[in-house]
Amino acid sequence: MEILKSIEMMQLRQDIPNFRAGDTVKVHVKVVEGGKERVQIFEGMVISRHGGSVRETFTVRRISYGVGVERIFPVHSPRIERIEVMRRGRVRRAKLYYLKNLTGKAARIRDLRK
Amino acid sequence: MQKAILGKKIGMTQVFAATGEVVPVTVIEAGPCVVTQVKTKETDGYEAIQVAFLPVKESALNKPKKGHFARAGVKPHRFLREFRLESIAEYKTGQVVLATIFAPGEAVDVTGISKGRGFAGVIQRWGFSRGPMTHGSKYHRGVGSLSSRAGARTFPGRKLPGQYGRARRTVQNLQVVRVDLERNLVLVKGSVPGPKGCLVTIKNSVKA
Repeated sequence: MEILKSIEMMQLRQDIPNFRAGDTVKVHVKVVEGGKERVQIFEGMVISRHGGSVRETFTVRRISYGVGVERIFPVHSPRIERIEVMRRGRVRRAKLYYLKNLTGKAARIRDLRK
Repeated sequence: MQKAILGKKIGMTQVFAATGEVVPVTVIEAGPCVVTQVKTKETDGYEAIQVAFLPVKESALNKPKKGHFARAGVKPHRFLREFRLESIAEYKTGQVVLATIFAPGEAVDVTGISKGRGFAGVIQRWGFSRGPMTHGSKYHRGVGSLSSRAGARTFPGRKLPGQYGRARRTVQNLQVVRVDLERNLVLVKGSVPGPKGCLVTIKNSVKA
């Protein structure tokens, strides 16, 4: 058990900011295109964080040209260059899957007030 | 060159490949194994090396085993296994076999005793389909037809209920993802037969 944990711990990234469901983030993803690597930004709202340790993933949802697009990233993936937290949202649950059924004004999330 | 080592299955986890892909791996604590006997054609009629794995205290062994280890000049170990390798010339009694014999990217076969599931029905054991549980059906999880009318008998090899698991199984052509020399760990891509903590054998792949 200890061995498995240490293998997983070794791969954890320390440079990942704190964020949770409801936050709006910009994910800088490294993509390889035609043998060249460049950084692509995927901006949207985090609707879930799932799993723990190296297995942890998060789902980012955005509306692109009127179509809902969701991408799931491993939190500790080396493909992610960095994650920027743009806004913190005030939500009362950990998984915001209900947003999938809402559009427009109804799908807004209030900002978190400090 | 043929090579083999004994190991203990630690469990599964995942690692990131250099390209960022997630690779499912089984962690195996492989070795150190000590050669306790080199069997030769002259003395034993065949060529093999006998290796010991997992040190134990002396009181855990019976007298014949103790004597065997004493003769080899090796500390008591829990497991003794033989490997019939192509060439045994480079092995000597007392020599230590380490996980370093494998390198990342190599293809290996891993052998172990699969998890025992006891006496299992055809649905669990062979993946048969279940009949309807309701609507007046009286056929639920049975074996179904054993043959056809023209067959007029049950042909050998018919899939039936019976002991499932607890059998020696080999998974071929697994890729070595990483080797940790400090802790004698070998990370192998994919799953490996047996429960956590069980004895497994890693050999280089016959298919490679």
